[in-house]
Amino acid sequence: MNRAQTENKASPETKSGEAAVEINDLKKSFGTQEVLKNVSLRLLKGENLVVLGRSGMGKSVLAKCIVRLLNPDSGTIKVFGENVGELNRHGLSELRKKIGFLFQSGALYDSMTVRQNLEFPLRRIKKDLSKKEIDEKIMKVLEDVGLPDALNKMPSQLSGGMRKRISVARTIILDPMLMLYDEPTTGLDPATSDEISALIDDIQRKLKTSSLIITHDIECARATADRVIMLHDGEVHLEGKLEAFEKSADPLIVSFFKSSHGQSHK
Amino acid sequence: MEKFVPVQASILLTDVADLFVFLLRTIKETFSRNFEFREFLRQCFQIGYKSLPLVSITGIIEGLVLTIQSRPSLLKFGAVSMLPGMVAVSLIREMGPVITALICAGKIGSGMGAELGSMKVTEQIDAMEVSSTNPIRFLVVTRVLAATLMIPILIIYADALGMLGGWAGANIKGDVTLVLFFTQAFAHVGFDDLLPAVIKSFFFGGVIGLVGCYKGYSAGRGTESVGIAANSAVVLASLLVIIIDVIAVQITDMFT
Repeated sequence: MNRAQTENKASPETKSGEAAVEINDLKKSFGTQEVLKNVSLRLLKGENLVVLGRSGMGKSVLAKCIVRLLNPDSGTIKVFGENVGELNRHGLSELRKKIGFLFQSGALYDSMTVRQNLEFPLRRIKKDLSKKEIDEKIMKVLEDVGLPDALNKMPSQLSGGMRKRISVARTIILDPMLMLYDEPTTGLDPATSDEISALIDDIQRKLKTSSLIITHDIECARATADRVIMLHDGEVHLEGKLEAFEKSADPLIVSFFKSSHGQSHK
Repeated sequence: MEKFVPVQASILLTDVADLFVFLLRTIKETFSRNFEFREFLRQCFQIGYKSLPLVSITGIIEGLVLTIQSRPSLLKFGAVSMLPGMVAVSLIREMGPVITALICAGKIGSGMGAELGSMKVTEQIDAMEVSSTNPIRFLVVTRVLAATLMIPILIIYADALGMLGGWAGANIKGDVTLVLFFTQAFAHVGFDDLLPAVIKSFFFGGVIGLVGCYKGYSAGRGTESVGIAANSAVVLASLLVIIIDVIAVQITDMFT
């Protein structure tokens, strides 16, 4: 799928105005370094929200706080109306079943084949599925990500782009209601980045998920974003449509877009 | 120097406290529902079966060297007939368990440290947690239990091969049948030699598994930390094996 095709964003009727994720006054520090300072945002149901920002601005920390891989110092995070910070272990586990998280590195289990990687969450979360249903689900997601032949390969036998696709397959196999993408196109060549961006958009349209896409790749944002937030120095610097960002005269935004264009044209 | 010592001491104490907390978490998860039996079996295979070549060679050489080195001294006192018994008691009580445990600390402890360390660095442990799988239950409990079970078996196996090595060593300069060698050997070995050795072997196994997992699980974020985790797992596990051995010898001594 090329970039022009991916510009067909999520249909407005899926965005109900109801928040899938609501973050208020989030703060997170590591030692003396304040990474997030009073971050507030809303991700609507059925929406693709792109969080832009340079490296080290706290974008990944924000995503990890949403699934409580990191505990914030203060502030509240509500996912589908549930306050993540107040959930007990069981509640958190139940909430995480509704969330798909694509890690920057892909995080495929090295010691398992692609099939085992995909089976792993299924066998633990959807325990009532028969072997036949599991096999069918695995083949379906592999076809969705365009890699039906990778079934019995080890992650080490896959290219960077293929690993990312399999990671996407592993997250969508549980039919999540919310997808968190942490730098989905980092380390990939422009063509593969476009494919992954198209895949993200495709998933959103097919599964009607809400997606938070953390990236510094403008092309990825262009292909996937309904709305964009720019994080800078641990704070929300600007929020709006991507077109507004591109027209902005804010020196920070201009500099970010200029350097990002430079990178993408290399 | 004055400042250096307290800092080192506090790092050591923090490490010990963290290891203790990790142990408590592991014990808690061991008795929780949904035991990962398939992963436990896989780890038994990895730890037990895949260590056989190394443990076999080590065991045979232990017995062989012990016999060859001891024979001249015993010959001076006209006590060569005591050689099989001496080899058996030395191997079963002390040398077999400790040397095999140290070999396992090197192979299994470092392997666990490196594997879990790299899983941490590449966010695989986070991915497991996000997909509602308890990483302590899946990764740590299975490995610690497998090490606790398989290392004593490896030690008994190494003892048996050590005895064979001892018989081979006795035949280099002497002439003794296998049946005679083993008859003489077991005439000197009692249940009170075997039981303490087997009991301490379970502790060796547990501590090797626990330290390997702890070091890997608490690795830092960079790739350098994988090497550090593997290295420190071997060092700490080996040290703890020796410390447990000293304690076990004291306890055994109280009852004999």
